Amino acid sequence: MPTATRPHPAASYDNAKVVNRFELTKRLVTKLKKDEAVIGGVGNTNFDLWSAGRRPQNFYMLGSMGLAIPIALGVALAQPHRHVVALEGDGSLLMQLGCLTTIAALKPANLTMVVMDNGLYQITGGQPTPAAGIADYVAFARAAGLTKCAWAADEEDFDGLIDTALAEGGPTFIAARIDDKPGVGHTDRDPVQIRERFMHGLGVRRAP
Amino acid sequence: MSDVVSRSIVPDSPAALAPCYEIVQATLKRNDVKLVAYVPDNVFTPLIKNLHADKDFLTFATAREEEALGVLSGAWMGGRRGAVLMQTSGFATIPNALASLVVPYQIPAIMFVSERGTLGEFNLGQALVCRTMRPVLDSLAVEHHTITRHDELEFIVDRSIKQAYATQAAVAFILSPLLTGGKVFGK
Repeated sequence: MPTATRPHPAASYDNAKVVNRFELTKRLVTKLKKDEAVIGGVGNTNFDLWSAGRRPQNFYMLGSMGLAIPIALGVALAQPHRHVVALEGDGSLLMQLGCLTTIAALKPANLTMVVMDNGLYQITGGQPTPAAGIADYVAFARAAGLTKCAWAADEEDFDGLIDTALAEGGPTFIAARIDDKPGVGHTDRDPVQIRERFMHGLGVRRAP
Repeated sequence: MSDVVSRSIVPDSPAALAPCYEIVQATLKRNDVKLVAYVPDNVFTPLIKNLHADKDFLTFATAREEEALGVLSGAWMGGRRGAVLMQTSGFATIPNALASLVVPYQIPAIMFVSERGTLGEFNLGQALVCRTMRPVLDSLAVEHHTITRHDELEFIVDRSIKQAYATQAAVAFILSPLLTGGKVFGK
């Protein structure tokens, strides 16, 4: 991915540092100054999003494993002037790899996908995914036709990749190798409340 | 959808003469449902072609039907109305997305399903998967209408789309071979 702000040469899966999901999520949220929407995938990605600080522009998915990126695409198509970030786990993306081709075809400039890869179905007991240690998610994205895709070399590199994605537009696909630490906290599980707050955050609902 | 001979009780009305796909397209447009995601089916071919040609619509294929439901859900939360087109066997892949996203979050997903598996089906797998569709919809209390008559198409689709948005509840339109001609062996 061409970038002026990136402090490292392009990382690969093999030399990417294993970082922490909550740490990266906090770093991401800190950078959101324009009411960007964030879609948290099932399980730990949305637990960490919740714990990184509640924002009305966050949507927390409680089921529908694999649909964080498609939901983010829908928001991005509905609101082309708002940047939308999908936070997804590796096992979740593995269920819905085809969505990357849809995004490569539609090319929404306001969409960033962040995939947290620990090779595990962490929330069900830490079983390895069939792709663990074998498949390369950035290579998947590139093969799907996405051109702006990268492994985050470390936390600082992740910051730079997010800065570039928000400043220059995409669609952008960022993958990070993460450890097996559990998510921090638990999202309140009220789907209608989550949706109403989100729609209010997007300006679709009037203030209560 | 094929241009079947109208069986309307008002045979000289303009709507009665329009092909099914034109009625669906016009009804979607009138209700501001202008994002259409689909996994194709033979009988949708003219509708998909015309939607692509109509710049008022954003029309695109998805790799899976549940992916389309995700896109529709996000789009509606962002203020843009959408519909999904799929075949009976595609419907069989979406119960998890319905039960864990569309229904609990109260998303008014507009679904068109072209019905395979009945009235002359030649593929046993289609015939079996067809039998799972209505029980799934009923078990989730998702509104569904099987449309068999050309003269009822516009009324059912128009009223049900309005109801879906007014009540924030999904609706499935099952387009019967009686309406569309369906797909028969050798075609």
